[in-house]
Amino acid sequence: MLKSRVIPCLDVKDGRVVKGVNFVDLRDAGDPVESAMVYDKAGADELCFLDITASHENRGTLLDVVQRTAEACFMPLTVGGGVRTLDDIRTLLLAGADKVSINTAAVNDREFVKRAAEKFGSQCIVVAIDAKSVAAERWEIFTHGGRRATGIDAVEFAQEVVSLGAGEILLTSMDRDGTRVGFDLPLTRLVSDSISVPLIASGGVGNLDHLVAGIRDGHASAVLAASIFHFGEFTIGEAKQFMAGHGLNMRLD
Amino acid sequence: MTVTIVDYGSGNLHSAVKAFERASREHGLDLPIQLSSDPEQLRTSSHIVLPGVGAFADCRRGLEEIPGMVEALHEAVLHQGRPFFGICVGMQLLATRGHEHQVTQGLGWIGGDVVALETGDQDLKIPHMGWNTLDEKRPHHLLDGIPTGENGLNAYFVHSYQFVPDSTASAIATTTYGKPFASIVGRDNIVGSQFHPEKSQKLGLALIANFLRWRP
Repeated sequence: MLKSRVIPCLDVKDGRVVKGVNFVDLRDAGDPVESAMVYDKAGADELCFLDITASHENRGTLLDVVQRTAEACFMPLTVGGGVRTLDDIRTLLLAGADKVSINTAAVNDREFVKRAAEKFGSQCIVVAIDAKSVAAERWEIFTHGGRRATGIDAVEFAQEVVSLGAGEILLTSMDRDGTRVGFDLPLTRLVSDSISVPLIASGGVGNLDHLVAGIRDGHASAVLAASIFHFGEFTIGEAKQFMAGHGLNMRLD
Repeated sequence: MTVTIVDYGSGNLHSAVKAFERASREHGLDLPIQLSSDPEQLRTSSHIVLPGVGAFADCRRGLEEIPGMVEALHEAVLHQGRPFFGICVGMQLLATRGHEHQVTQGLGWIGGDVVALETGDQDLKIPHMGWNTLDEKRPHHLLDGIPTGENGLNAYFVHSYQFVPDSTASAIATTTYGKPFASIVGRDNIVGSQFHPEKSQKLGLALIANFLRWRP
């Protein structure tokens, strides 16, 4: 039986974790590789690095982080943030990323998704969609951290990038991101039910019930969360036990 | 003797090398692991690993583009009997034919066809992506000491195609996603896994160590 996945996400800037990470037994809370190793031991099903490095010159530090993580953690690693060209993808994959997440570049040029999938295979192309509610039962794509509207319908966009070769969709509700009130379940369910590929739900997780709801009611294949894990509020193990206790198929290896 | 991971331009080989190094070290085997695109290296290898990410035809083309590679693989694996491990598309390439986008000839070492994953349930997402268990179909050294079945360890899968062997005896393990499909195939000194052992944590490292200890 395929298991539902729990994916911790780390924001990385200039090779360091931003937003606090507060684990027990961590020597350096700013080193993404150390955080990755803690999550690896704790049974995370995948890891996600989101690079928010402002300048292109500092991009090399991310590659170093990806490379060191791939040496230490034998689990799938997705890297996103600032992926604009086929070369960006190739460099990340060669450094040790298993999947690359494309956001703004997919909105600006949908054919980029097609070129990427043809070149590297759909299995490693994740399209990250940031959506915001604009009317009842209607969500649109926003870029630039939710500040810039595009007028593009989230469901239509998801269907289009899947038809172009995206192997997975990472859906973030901009309305919920950082609020800790739970996923936007109607949005999550609507997008997941409209596409044939797996969907990762993101944005708004504040407790373990939210993770259960994302899978059960949002029909997501995986749930992504940051702060509830970083601050040591819950461990990955607690989250997965809790989800298993609510009838979801979880990997408890 | 050296373990050679064949580099033919397919995907992320870095983590495969690291996982084989870790498994070798942790299990006290101390085998040197090398990444190589030189067919000559296969002659002096104790074990051969063929990874593979992407489309069947692309991977097949990648192998063909290295002069002498397919011949060297045949010699080392079929004639000299070196233990061989194909991973994901590297496993699919063992088949007679692949049917992804077009019909492409495989290596033909294990009779069968690689066809679109058939789940029988349109609600199930394709690709089959994530962690799933193995059901052992026949005892094999590769699975020694690894708990299988519904409560066994999980392996990491990401694929949209499946290997359908001509003979059910070729399936060492199956995995169920809607319907069962072959997740480990093998015969003689040849094995292949549809999942990624290098991404499968506990199960993966144990399975790689079993392969490295294998003397078929």
